[in-house]
Amino acid sequence: MTALEAHGLWKYYGDFAALQQVSFEFAAGSCIALLGRNGAGKTTLLRILAGLSQTSEGQVRILGGNPRQPAIRARIGIIGHGIGVYDELSAEENLLTFARLYAIDHPAKAVDHWLERTDLDRVRRGLAREFSRGMRQRLAIARAFIHNPNFLILDEPFTSLDDRAIALLQGLLKDALAQGATVVLSTHQLKEALELASHVLLLNRGKLAFTGTRTADMLVDPGWVYRHYGEPTASASPANGESTAA
Amino acid sequence: MRDKLIYGAGIFAALYFVRNLYVILLQLPDEALQGAVYRIFFFHLPPYFAAVACFFGAAIASGLYLKTKQWKYDVFAVSATEVGLALAAMNLVTGMIWGRQQWGIWWTWDARLTSALITWLIYLGYLMLREGIKDPSERAKNSAVLSIFALFAVYFTYKANVWYRTQHPGPVLTIRTGDAGTIDPAMQAMIYHNLGAFLLLTVALVAVRMNLEDSQRAVESLRRRAHAIA
Amino acid sequence: MNYLRQVAAIAGKDLRSELRTKEALNASLSFAVVILLLFSFVVDPDSEMLEQMSGGLLWMVFAFSGTLILNRGFAREIPNDCLDALIASPIPGSALFLGKAIANFALIAIIEAICFPVFGILYNLNWTQQLPVLLGVSALATWSMATLGTMFGALTVNMQLRELMLPMLIYPMLIPALMAAMQLTTLLIAGQPIDAEHAIWLRVLIAFDIIFTSLAAVLVETVLVG
Repeated sequence: MTALEAHGLWKYYGDFAALQQVSFEFAAGSCIALLGRNGAGKTTLLRILAGLSQTSEGQVRILGGNPRQPAIRARIGIIGHGIGVYDELSAEENLLTFARLYAIDHPAKAVDHWLERTDLDRVRRGLAREFSRGMRQRLAIARAFIHNPNFLILDEPFTSLDDRAIALLQGLLKDALAQGATVVLSTHQLKEALELASHVLLLNRGKLAFTGTRTADMLVDPGWVYRHYGEPTASASPANGESTAA
Repeated sequence: MRDKLIYGAGIFAALYFVRNLYVILLQLPDEALQGAVYRIFFFHLPPYFAAVACFFGAAIASGLYLKTKQWKYDVFAVSATEVGLALAAMNLVTGMIWGRQQWGIWWTWDARLTSALITWLIYLGYLMLREGIKDPSERAKNSAVLSIFALFAVYFTYKANVWYRTQHPGPVLTIRTGDAGTIDPAMQAMIYHNLGAFLLLTVALVAVRMNLEDSQRAVESLRRRAHAIA
Repeated sequence: MNYLRQVAAIAGKDLRSELRTKEALNASLSFAVVILLLFSFVVDPDSEMLEQMSGGLLWMVFAFSGTLILNRGFAREIPNDCLDALIASPIPGSALFLGKAIANFALIAIIEAICFPVFGILYNLNWTQQLPVLLGVSALATWSMATLGTMFGALTVNMQLRELMLPMLIYPMLIPALMAAMQLTTLLIAGQPIDAEHAIWLRVLIAFDIIFTSLAAVLVETVLVG
């Protein structure tokens, strides 16, 4: 079953095309590593997948539907750059709020379960503001997983996490994948991402540079995919490319 | 196409104004009660109608922008709003001059004066909102929503103020009063003639402003591209 | 049913975090009391005139101090990118809007509930003669402020100058509702019932609320999803 597909995706900011004619298709259960340099359009693409932003042209379908449909959004979990929890609410209140927004059946039970799973049950009444960085990150992970999503969208998930949170998140992602969930994650840390990934999607200045399964080559040498499909480095660019006179 | 419109409408508006001024200044007699100053009325009511037409147009274009996300509608909406603001300012200023002459005061907190001023402030807010948003898509989307709100707010303000208090002269055109007699037919015809001239001028000005907006966007995008290269 | 629960969850978390810090409430309340005091220098506090101005005075106070609360409404979602988490959750835009508008409404109502008696004491007015009707009128006008404030909070949330922009944008639009509230409040504080002549203002308020609430509920999703 196809879990994620995009057809002829364009996104403009004004007349700047952040995404140009991007198309891809991935089956359910894939773990897609979204690669690309800064400004390549990774965050733009993830925001569209998460339903935070609309396409200018083209179509996205997640789990067979438009990501702005509430029924589809109810099955998506996101972790973005910010942790997405409220500083003035306790861990428990934060999770309960999101459990209610996701209209899950037994909110209190789910909150208990996730507080335990992220090892925050001892500080459940503590305000997020007072938490250490690592605890806040674990709370963000609990928030993203509270409704048992079967489609996960993670923007640079490993960059800001501490070791404990990385281990927790990797464990959760492996469990989710084992249960048939689909994961899209953008990353700079190729090594951590490529170990999990079954597929790779490389963006270069808003265009799709490569898409396909993650091969053993990539695992051995994480820079491989950039060298083969990324933009040419300055020394490799053709001489006539530098036509601007000094 | 747009250039032809600018020159066509502009030239026609100029000729029409010359003809109207000739009639207003040299042919129409002084008004029985007000004397010569009533002539300013021909530059008071028509720009008001033209401004209302602009704001209506802007709200419709804004709705179309939200539906289609096509730039041309945003360009039209901002252009029409700005021209509308200029026309509304003309309406306010001519009204104040007339008020000074007739009532002896520049301003009074009369219903229509107040609602005209509030309308002006609301659309000034529209321009300020645009100034404050850098991303062109976000700017277009948010100002389109504001434009739709503004139109409803203006209607509400107008209604509420009319109920509140008015010393402004009531409607004079026979389509509003429903009978003949309050206004001389020649003067009424002149109002329509000048409204025609103002509408032509509005078309030309909006088209000019749209050209300006297009160039501004081109500059913006070139600048962005320059940054991307650097 | 789920819809109402989602609305309640949004309103609940906004109220809970505001009541915990009382940032906006304290600022707004002290501002309101200061304006109430300042007015004693504008008009002779013992004169008849004060009663005739009571509605206008009170609603000026509510409009000014209410902005401080409305400004916090969406600003609260900015740290930690909470707004993204909300928009990505499966609640409709209108539920998000209603929840936040209800929270804003409740917070402004708290300010009003304190200002009315303070005003009565400071200026020696018996303001409770038409209490139930006065409460109804206040609720309608407060809802007008809450809807426009919430909607324009969403419009200006990404702007640098948002705390200046919000009042600039909403005051002119709020004038009909504020005007109606001022007229009716003056009348009710004087102890008179709403007669046929003033019923028009009640209709203005109701129409204002209905039109702008539905407009906002329809358009808010477009505003939030870029």
